[in-house]
Amino acid sequence: MSEAIKDVKGFSKEDEVILSPTQQIIIKFKSNRLAMFGFWLFSIIVAIVVVTHIYTTVTGYDFSYTDASLKNLPPSLKYPFGTDKYGRNTIVRVFEGGWISLQVGFLSTFMAVTIGLAMGAIAGYFGGKIDAVIMRIVEVIYSFPFLALAFIISAVFRDQPAEFRLFVIIAILGFIRWTGLARLVRGQIMSLREQEFILATKALGIKKRNQIMRHLIPNVLAMVVVTATLTFAGAILNESFLSFLGLSVTEPIPTWGALIAKASSNSTSLRTFWWIWVFPGAMLFMFIMSINLIGEGLREAIDPKADYTTKKQRKAKKAAKKAEKKAEKSAMKEVV
Amino acid sequence: MENKDIRGSKTFLEVMMPYINYLGKRLLSLIPVLLIISVVIFILINLMPGDPVMAMLDPEKTAAMTIEERNQYVETMRAFLGYDRSYVERYFIWLRDTFLKGEFGYSIRFNKPVNQIIGAYIGRSFKVNIIGFIFAFLISIPIGITAAVKKNKFFDKAVTVLTIVGISLPSFFVALLLIMLFVIHLKILPFSGMSDPRGVVPDWKYLVLPVTVIVMTSLASLIRYIRAAMIDVLQADYVRTARAKGLNEKIVIYRHAFQNALIPVVTLIGMWIPGLFSGAIIVEQIFAFPGMGYLLNQAYNYKDRAVLQTALLFFGLLTLLGNIFIDVGYMVVDPRIREGKVK
Repeated sequence: MSEAIKDVKGFSKEDEVILSPTQQIIIKFKSNRLAMFGFWLFSIIVAIVVVTHIYTTVTGYDFSYTDASLKNLPPSLKYPFGTDKYGRNTIVRVFEGGWISLQVGFLSTFMAVTIGLAMGAIAGYFGGKIDAVIMRIVEVIYSFPFLALAFIISAVFRDQPAEFRLFVIIAILGFIRWTGLARLVRGQIMSLREQEFILATKALGIKKRNQIMRHLIPNVLAMVVVTATLTFAGAILNESFLSFLGLSVTEPIPTWGALIAKASSNSTSLRTFWWIWVFPGAMLFMFIMSINLIGEGLREAIDPKADYTTKKQRKAKKAAKKAEKKAEKSAMKEVV
Repeated sequence: MENKDIRGSKTFLEVMMPYINYLGKRLLSLIPVLLIISVVIFILINLMPGDPVMAMLDPEKTAAMTIEERNQYVETMRAFLGYDRSYVERYFIWLRDTFLKGEFGYSIRFNKPVNQIIGAYIGRSFKVNIIGFIFAFLISIPIGITAAVKKNKFFDKAVTVLTIVGISLPSFFVALLLIMLFVIHLKILPFSGMSDPRGVVPDWKYLVLPVTVIVMTSLASLIRYIRAAMIDVLQADYVRTARAKGLNEKIVIYRHAFQNALIPVVTLIGMWIPGLFSGAIIVEQIFAFPGMGYLLNQAYNYKDRAVLQTALLFFGLLTLLGNIFIDVGYMVVDPRIREGKVK
């Protein structure tokens, strides 16, 4: 026993370092195998999509280019995801389709988080009439059936160019999605407001704006990040719903939802041209799953009560078990 | 026994009175919100490009007319549909017809008043969703409880991973995979629609796939919710007390813990009510199942304004009722909230 004495959880004196909350969160996240799997999956998909987008932009790839001789080819070495009924290379379309999802996801989440955080913080901090007004607004927006609303708004902007429609979709998603976050932030801030450190900031005469920005918001930020991850996944899923119904960005720009919708119109194309919908479907599924895994990992990481084992500890445990077994075996041999 | 004595001294109506009062108050507070929603719907509908009167003209009917006759015809149609009035006037007429008379306008797609068609669509959506809802609950409750009881064991970890996979599956992708399996390869279920025109395939077979998709896509979040609620409750002091009393573990889990875990689950049912219909837009579209979601999609494609605004208002009202259901549900299952709100 050359190592230092360890306590129940397997920590020794050397482990007694003081970590900032952020460092703790990072360590916890890194030691979560599922979360790390999600993280790598997410990074790979984002990298592929971004590289494809840069490639298509630089080379001026024409998405409306059709070639009748290459119609409906099944996956092969030259066309790994096959070609569609206009003879277009599906792999490029699938990877490029993620670009719309990424844009929608990031921008609408950014919008939702900004509005939600601001509204929630204001409602929670000031309370009273301001709170009542904001919460009524939240209730009204919350009562809007999202898909149905997106339907009509999309119909209003039906004749606009694709880029404009993209921003409309982002705006709808961002605008609909801030309410949940606002409720959450408001609840947290209302309880934080009553605590001593805010009394101290008041006694020190710190401006209200700084009380909120510097003292209250940092305390809810971890929770906001977790919610934002889920909002992100939700936004991408919703965009795919819309493009599946043909309400998002339309041809020739590919989106995952629209690519899947193409094949689903009748059972013949569903069966014969499976590569057209299976690949974008799988991409969409993996992308959303990776975000959800990250969100789940973050949620566990910010929970101070959650137990975790680091990679090092797992390895040590495995080694210890192995050694134990070995010792047992040799002991058995000796007995024999 | 003791509970019975307290309630026994009151009549049923006396016991229910606070609930009815609260429900009444909540229903009243719904009116302004509903009005705002109706204004937004009205504005959006009228921003839609295209002339609804021109859209409903029957080309065969108008082809033989002279220009004057045609204009005359258009004008009468315009007056019939009420489009000759100002926007403000039309909004109030719409409001009056919808809420006071219960008339939802005239559908240009079906050439019938909306009242006559919408009931059947709501009913069909309801059928699919209620069946799905019951199945989802029956499956998710035992799995959620078992996962919570066996927290951090293999079963729980497997459930956690599977539920993350589940919440990430887009419903249309699931639907296509199911069609691939059951319709195309096994050939045991029909592709789409709601009944067989020849009457060979029984009607229930058309329900199987939509219901399965609804169950599959909602199962994961239900299980996660129930598991989280159960884990919270199992850590409570009264569960420890129940165990310390030497109660049977089954009674501890199902009687003491699960009843309390139901409180957050009430929220889930409330959120389900609007999702019941709007979530089905995609599913109904894929299976061409004529429910509310399908109707909305059709109305959008045909620019059928009367149907569109009725359907939208219906979805909005449903969401509001869902919120009220959550509050009243909390009151029913949680005595702490009941005391607070009734007084």
